[in-house]
Amino acid sequence: MTATADPTTLEIGKARTRKEDARLITGRTKYTDSITPHGTLHLSVVRSPLAHATITGIDKSAAEAAPGVIGVYTAADLGVEAVGLPCAWPITPDQKAPQRPLLASKTVHFAGEGVAVVVARTVAEARDAADLVEIDYDPLEPVLDMEAAIAPGATLVHPELETNESATWVFDAGAAGTGGSVDEAIAAAEADPDSIVLKRRFIQQRLIPAFMEPRSAVCDPSGEQITLWAATQVPHILRTMTTVTLGVPESKLRVIAPDVGGGFGGKIGVLPEEMLTVVLAQKLGKPIKWTETRSESLLAAHHGRDQIQDITITAKKDGTVTGLDVHLLADMGAYLGLVGPGVPILGAFMFNAIYKFPAYKFTCTNVFTTKTLTDAYRGAGRPEATFAVERIMDELAVELGRDPMELRQQNWIKHEEFPFTTVVGLTYDTGNYEQATDQAMEMFDYAGLRREQEERRKNNDPVQLGIGISTFTEMCGLAPSRVLGSLAYGAGGWEAASIRMLATGKVEVITGASAHGQGHETAFSQIVADQLGVPFEDVEILHGDTQISPKGLDTYGSRSLAVGGIAIVKAAEKVIAKAKKLAAHLLEASEDDIEFSGGNFTVRGTDKGKAIQELAFAAFMAHDYPEDMEPSLDSDAVYDPENFSYPHGTHLAAIEIDTETGHVNLRKYVCVDDIGNVVNPLIVEGQVHGGLAQGIAQALFEEANYDDQGTLVNGTFVDYTLPSAADLPSFDTATVPNPAAATSNPLGVKGVGEAGTIASTPAIVNGVIDALRHLGVTNVEMPCTSQRVWRAIQDAKGNATQETPIDTHSPGAGLGSIDPNNPQGETE
Amino acid sequence: MAQVRVTVDGVNYADDVEPRTLLVHYLREQLGKTGTLVGCDTSNCGACTVHLNGQSVKSCSVLAVQADGAEVTTIEGVARDGKLHPVQEAFNEFHALQCGYCTPGMIMQAIDLLGDNPDPDEHEVREGIEGNLCRCTGYQNIVRAVQGAAQAMKPGATADRGAPAPVAGGGN
Repeated sequence: MTATADPTTLEIGKARTRKEDARLITGRTKYTDSITPHGTLHLSVVRSPLAHATITGIDKSAAEAAPGVIGVYTAADLGVEAVGLPCAWPITPDQKAPQRPLLASKTVHFAGEGVAVVVARTVAEARDAADLVEIDYDPLEPVLDMEAAIAPGATLVHPELETNESATWVFDAGAAGTGGSVDEAIAAAEADPDSIVLKRRFIQQRLIPAFMEPRSAVCDPSGEQITLWAATQVPHILRTMTTVTLGVPESKLRVIAPDVGGGFGGKIGVLPEEMLTVVLAQKLGKPIKWTETRSESLLAAHHGRDQIQDITITAKKDGTVTGLDVHLLADMGAYLGLVGPGVPILGAFMFNAIYKFPAYKFTCTNVFTTKTLTDAYRGAGRPEATFAVERIMDELAVELGRDPMELRQQNWIKHEEFPFTTVVGLTYDTGNYEQATDQAMEMFDYAGLRREQEERRKNNDPVQLGIGISTFTEMCGLAPSRVLGSLAYGAGGWEAASIRMLATGKVEVITGASAHGQGHETAFSQIVADQLGVPFEDVEILHGDTQISPKGLDTYGSRSLAVGGIAIVKAAEKVIAKAKKLAAHLLEASEDDIEFSGGNFTVRGTDKGKAIQELAFAAFMAHDYPEDMEPSLDSDAVYDPENFSYPHGTHLAAIEIDTETGHVNLRKYVCVDDIGNVVNPLIVEGQVHGGLAQGIAQALFEEANYDDQGTLVNGTFVDYTLPSAADLPSFDTATVPNPAAATSNPLGVKGVGEAGTIASTPAIVNGVIDALRHLGVTNVEMPCTSQRVWRAIQDAKGNATQETPIDTHSPGAGLGSIDPNNPQGETE
Repeated sequence: MAQVRVTVDGVNYADDVEPRTLLVHYLREQLGKTGTLVGCDTSNCGACTVHLNGQSVKSCSVLAVQADGAEVTTIEGVARDGKLHPVQEAFNEFHALQCGYCTPGMIMQAIDLLGDNPDPDEHEVREGIEGNLCRCTGYQNIVRAVQGAAQAMKPGATADRGAPAPVAGGGN
């Protein structure tokens, strides 16, 4: 690979402030809901208030007579009763997948499911009329508990499937030949007095991605291509899937993801509402817009996590781990989402984490309930895996009386052992857990905090200190297409890029990775500036519109840089090769004598040369170019990675708990991540901060709660408690000075978008339990609210506590300026 | 219909609105001020924060008719003569935004906060922006940006931006 000569001018590694900010800080934005073509009609969805019920009657007459109403439609009215939304990940050949309708026809399967839609002149008229649609229901028994759902005689969510079990997916390292049999490891440990077998159950509560921009779609049927603007992470996948779902030829459909206000996995679906805007725009011949309210979003947009994890670990009493057995129940909700069934499976390869488990088995059963469906949420499978293994490593340390960090050290892959093929058959190319851990422990003052902890325990201090550890790795940069194929994933994992060298020397770069906050425009410009030797400011990154960027697989799974960025490098290499040929021709030299550096092509040993901009112009003019080339430097590339990338890091949390109130205070959070080479440290730091906040939110603040009738009881931002600025501290984050650069791609980069979320949850919970362990507390379920912590302390003391039915509030969490004790005022 | 006369980002408007129209919907749908965004329906997220007579307000919790006779400043009216407000500059400099959806409200709230408290410590910034939710940044860089802007806005730090005065109504 060629590069500019003077390393001080390299863009990669510079903390560039972001290009995209200019429009975002001035309000010069184009989010989907801000797009209103003339004549736009507005869609509102009539949603079921019940989790499980038979629809016995629909009376549309009052709604139809309401002012401004164009029409009220059920699935039958639209002729879409047979249409089913796609699930692209059949994890087993016999996976049970119910039809996921655009609108429920006979039975509703979760509270929030659409039953009818209203189209009206204004949003307000559509919503008013939606309230006038009378639907009669015969309630059915809700199905809410996963274990009860798969027990004999359970009420069936989808009777036609004859079971609530969608699929059971097994990975057995013994059978696969990648490791030993865990059954044998457990039997051996049970028979061996020098070994230990430890079982724990962990609960991954149900979460809501809660991107800040509510989902929205606008479909304009005018023109030859139907245009669909959507607040989506996946415009390309959405286009293909709209074709698969509705039969609109792919070539007749243009999908645009304009500015998109966050996703975190929550915008990778193919939505019933998106399909309904297309159907209705075609039917009515007018643009149709749908934008959800926040309450609709929390209720009906897909949720995340929601697993029961039964973990068995075996180890020698000297601390050496010998086996890991994982049994999961994963709640799919009422239907299968686009990649929902595969989310827990992505975790299958990560429970072994950074450790040298010789034997391993993973079994996951996906279960239907009458709740909102689950699908990807930041980390998707890997946070769950990391949580379970990091929690049980702490439990093992307690059982063996060992320092939890020392026990991890004993079992992790040493830096000299890379590349290392794990018990699941993945090859970790590079890593250096020692380096990140040493740095983190120094920044944290691990020894000093352990001393303070000891003192507080000795003094019976009402405020106890806990130290939480998480030493994580993850697999990201989804993904090698062949690996995805072997997992029956319904797409490849490549990414596409094109570079257009404009006549005036400016550069347009087209990427199939579609940003929604990650800073692609800046980071990709830095890469291209280095590759082509052009100014950063001269590079324009185009994305998110299938007419401009016809080929792509979009943004999820921390893939944009490690896959999309490398596709751009590959396209740039082709541009350079063409430019070199043209330069040799124009300079009357042999191509072998042309050297490229810093944007200039020079003849070796002479001062003759051409700048890349001159060559772009020469190619545009095409007055003089070699016989055997086309007059263009423009180049395309499709890059399919050969491996995942494996970022890792060590995260440490100091947790103070007021044992009298249960209040949890995150006093200090240190993380040192090794993500390979860094393109833009500013963006990396931002990704880590935001990731940490979401992982910490799972540990301390958030849970989607359902009552015994299957109603989401905290479906607004008043009570689904996203952390506010006042709920979080500043974090001490760092990357290692000598990163373990990835060897699987030419930039040596790894993904970072999900790392903070994956790593932080267990660090917090380990810290909470570490603060209370000496009081007899062995577990606190997430979110570790004051109430739950206080109750755990009381339980450990043998004091009876009164159960309150819904436990979501932690004081002040996520309530914005509204104080729960003073709900009237926004004043402090 | 009710009539509302209002100055928004320095321009005078007189409009008929439905009495129930929220200020945010009036701004977005009737005036085309789509820089101001809607993120929730319970006045929790703060994405719609604007200034009403120089004070920050969640424009989803104000009726358009309540703004009658008032000066409103939105994110689109904060920059003056092509020059960004120091808070806008600081949001860029400190990487205080990712997806940008909370940003208009966050900037408007930060400007208001600095008007009340020109030199807030970290705790005061965190409390001061508590009513504005962000899902991307973990708030850390927003806090830095607000504090950085405070430094830039100190008297003497820049020529003509010392005053913590409201930015509303620049056109009159």
